[in-house]
Amino acid sequence: MDLANDLWNWLHEYVQFTIYSGVKALSILLPLFIVVAYYTYAERKVIGYMQIRKGPNRVGPKGLFQPFADMFKLMFKEIIIPTNSNRYLFIIAPVITFAPAMAAWAVIPFDDGLVFSNINAGLLYILAMTSVGVYGVIIAGWASNSKYALLGAMRSAAQIVAYEIAMGFALVGVLMVGGSLNLGDIVNKQAGGIGHWFFIPLLPLFFVYLISGVAETNRAPFDVAEGESEIVAGFHVEYSGMTFAVFFLAEYANMILIAMLCSLMFFGGWLSPVPDLVGDGIGWLFGKTAVFMLLFLWFRATFPRYRYDQIMRLGWKVLLPVTILWLVVEGIAVYFKIGPWFV
Amino acid sequence: MIETVIFYVFAVSTVITATAVVTVRNPVHAALFLVLTFFTSAIIWLSLEAEFLAISLVLVYVGAVMVLFIFVVMMLDINVARLREGFVRYLPLGLLVAAIMLGLMLSVVTSDVFVLDLASEPVPKPADYSNTKALGGVLYTEYVFAFEIAAVILLVAIIAAISLTMRKRSQTKYQNPTEQIRVRKADRLRVVKMPSEDK
Amino acid sequence: MFAKIHYYLKSFLFLELLKGMSVTGRYFFRRKVTVQYPEEKTPISPRFRGLHALRRYANGEERCIACKLCEAVCPALAITIESEQREDGTRRTTRYDIDLFKCIYCGFCEEACPVDSIVETNIFEYHFENRGENIMTKEKLLEIGDRYEAQLAADRSADAPYR
Repeated sequence: MDLANDLWNWLHEYVQFTIYSGVKALSILLPLFIVVAYYTYAERKVIGYMQIRKGPNRVGPKGLFQPFADMFKLMFKEIIIPTNSNRYLFIIAPVITFAPAMAAWAVIPFDDGLVFSNINAGLLYILAMTSVGVYGVIIAGWASNSKYALLGAMRSAAQIVAYEIAMGFALVGVLMVGGSLNLGDIVNKQAGGIGHWFFIPLLPLFFVYLISGVAETNRAPFDVAEGESEIVAGFHVEYSGMTFAVFFLAEYANMILIAMLCSLMFFGGWLSPVPDLVGDGIGWLFGKTAVFMLLFLWFRATFPRYRYDQIMRLGWKVLLPVTILWLVVEGIAVYFKIGPWFV
Repeated sequence: MIETVIFYVFAVSTVITATAVVTVRNPVHAALFLVLTFFTSAIIWLSLEAEFLAISLVLVYVGAVMVLFIFVVMMLDINVARLREGFVRYLPLGLLVAAIMLGLMLSVVTSDVFVLDLASEPVPKPADYSNTKALGGVLYTEYVFAFEIAAVILLVAIIAAISLTMRKRSQTKYQNPTEQIRVRKADRLRVVKMPSEDK
Repeated sequence: MFAKIHYYLKSFLFLELLKGMSVTGRYFFRRKVTVQYPEEKTPISPRFRGLHALRRYANGEERCIACKLCEAVCPALAITIESEQREDGTRRTTRYDIDLFKCIYCGFCEEACPVDSIVETNIFEYHFENRGENIMTKEKLLEIGDRYEAQLAADRSADAPYR
């Protein structure tokens, strides 16, 4: 034990810090990968059940090893780089999608104080990171040297830029009530039972956030970027094997991120709905997140895909005015210090 | 020590990427290098503890402005050879502009305002110090008029841009999704009740 | 006016979306209809059109009289027949090939056959491993017929009242 201690102290301060942060990051990312793997399994199961099918049930008991089978298949497949594609950008595009999707998790608090990096501008940081993710899509579409990929990239870029604005405005509403950009502070502001959670005064903004979240992650019914009926698979037509898997991983990590942000900002995160009966805890956060993750799958099983011009109309002409209107309402509420929220 | 290393690494990469923006042939690559320049300068701002500005730079310029830029550039089919045709003809003018710009910049940098001694090194702030709060406080008290005038100018620019580009073309048929999704069965379909006819 | 208010209420309260989600939500708990294929199989109709076979009479004589009606009716031109006179003076095929890559399993050959010789069995699980195995020769077809004669006869008699 002493030896290990000595060895640790012998290391330079910066090396110590790097190792410490690396371990912390891994302790977030490894569980995240497992959740992503089983989220894909849950997606296939849930959608199957909603279509009165059984879903994957061959690999392992009840199909529980299916994600690993998929993973190994993707790992051992050849990565095909199309001729006349931009080789360097083609390889780097999945990384550009993946890195921000992972980086955004740095400021997510899992419990009171249990956060990788407790920075003040946490909310802004998450917005910035999710918006950087577009580049992976755009670069992938452009570097593939394929018409379908380019069209898919165009669609998805326009869609993400449009919905980011509604999403940003919805978050402005959250920080007006929360009085902080730090996610931990926002959650702690909601303490005091279900009546104090922000989804009550911010109900329209919550719905706007949820809808834009679905659109931001290019999920059904907003998945025109993939649109398999008209543009095959959108920006990742040309990707195979591990490069495709990385896109896939980033998409699912983003979905979980949006679900977790919903529960943190509008549903009190790790706070218990009835603090007198049950204590707060990390389990509440995971439970709430799981509900929103299920909602993503439920949407996909239920709604048909939007037409592209209707997506744009919804983003610019419906969601944006709704958020701006509600910000005015909220401003009045803040001015008159209404309810348990605006004090 | 490490701050200095970080500063120099990212300062050098900022300069390199900024140079690449104007030197690379492919316009998409140039735009992507510009994105990288924004990133590295955001990191330099971060090392100055200006986290709000740094993140807004990424959010606004990288996340929105440059996306639209790349959007346009990707669709263009730029012929590099034709672009370079007038190079020699415009060279004197270009050099003149460059010289004037250089002179202006030198006059600013070498003046008394921008002396290094004047700007002290940023003092590390306490952990609960919120850059955002401080910035908001200053913007809405000291500089409220400048801030609001800027906002109004931007609004005018938006309205001007929309009014310049929005025109109804009489030949083109537009779809109106609002009307389309509001259509009910009764609007399109008339169910007629009639007795069956003899042959 | 009322219609407009109705429309706005309906869209902003997500009524139609909730209706859709309640449908899928209810279906989530329905009994699943999945058939676990290799272990479970769906019942097969006696009219099922699978792999082909040539039948024989009970005395062992092959039924086919080389009338070439099946060859003529085949829309995919999958059947090739060559015939000769046998020593006893009857006409028999010397070659009866069905190219399973061309065959569309329409069952016309079976309909056209005057002696119920060419039939389609209910075998649908088969595969080829080498080039050329897709051609079903007369020997192979007769062998299938011999092996599944009981099943074939049962299927035919089950369907007889409807013909």
